[in-house]
Amino acid sequence: MSHAFYVAVSYAATFATVAGLVLWVWLDHRARRRELEQLEAAGVRRRSARPAAKSGGQP
Amino acid sequence: MNEPSLVIRKFSDLANPTRFLALVARVWPWMAGMTICLFALGLYLAFATVGDYQQGDTVRIMYVHVPAAWLSMMGYSVMAVSALGTLVWRHPLADVSARAAAPIGACFTFVALVTGSLWGKPMWGTWWVWDARLTSVFVLFLMYLGLIALNRAMDDPTRAAKVGAVLILVGFINIPIIKFSVEWWNTLHQPASVIRLDGPTIDAEFLRPLLVMAAAFTLLFLTLHALAMRNEILRRRIAVLRRHAARAAGRPGGAA
Repeated sequence: MSHAFYVAVSYAATFATVAGLVLWVWLDHRARRRELEQLEAAGVRRRSARPAAKSGGQP
Repeated sequence: MNEPSLVIRKFSDLANPTRFLALVARVWPWMAGMTICLFALGLYLAFATVGDYQQGDTVRIMYVHVPAAWLSMMGYSVMAVSALGTLVWRHPLADVSARAAAPIGACFTFVALVTGSLWGKPMWGTWWVWDARLTSVFVLFLMYLGLIALNRAMDDPTRAAKVGAVLILVGFINIPIIKFSVEWWNTLHQPASVIRLDGPTIDAEFLRPLLVMAAAFTLLFLTLHALAMRNEILRRRIAVLRRHAARAAGRPGGAA
């Protein structure tokens, strides 16, 4: 096999691994955002995201 | 306000996941853009420079192999600092950082092993030898996989963070072993030629593309790490929300 073959396979393997990593990070983000939106649609919210409760006796 | 207290304040600000998410949202497009520009320049230089007089074109494998190998160690070092953050400073994002870095570090270690093997075959006449450098990097790869598996196997996040942090710090012993393996033992792998006390012994023709590619790979690592940390924060928020919802549903008359 020629030297060019080893160079090409090295760059292809690097590209494939990096592309897989980028894709995983992107898909993971999309899935988590969707999951959060579904929870919010079901009325499950973080305390900080809920409308502020009426304050008590303090003026 | 004096400078050190400002730095400490900024670091403490980042302990707030919401502020960290806002910072990531602001900076990641710039980081990604700079990474792409550096890769474009690095790849141009990698293929525009001449081949080595002995190795010919295979020297171009160095421009992906060496940065990936550096990052395999940097990734683990980031995890070790994060482990200290978990155990010593109890920084809320330290475990998030360690968890996010593990798969990225594992991928770069995999790239270093595969491209090293592809470089070894035409130059050494073999895909693999069990010499100290290759074996210690292979052990690093297995350690990454072990830590990822451990993170996924434990349900209690606080306990998983502590156990993971201790294991990361114990495993850090492998990093100096990898770095100095080529000096301590007789290896087929060559000794260091860039990071040396007496300066690089590599010609500027090869050093230029190598440094640009190393910068591109490092920025890629930092960008992916920031984005993976963002995902991990969201994952934890979802887990907490689900727990609260389940608890609220269990209370008499409780809703989510």
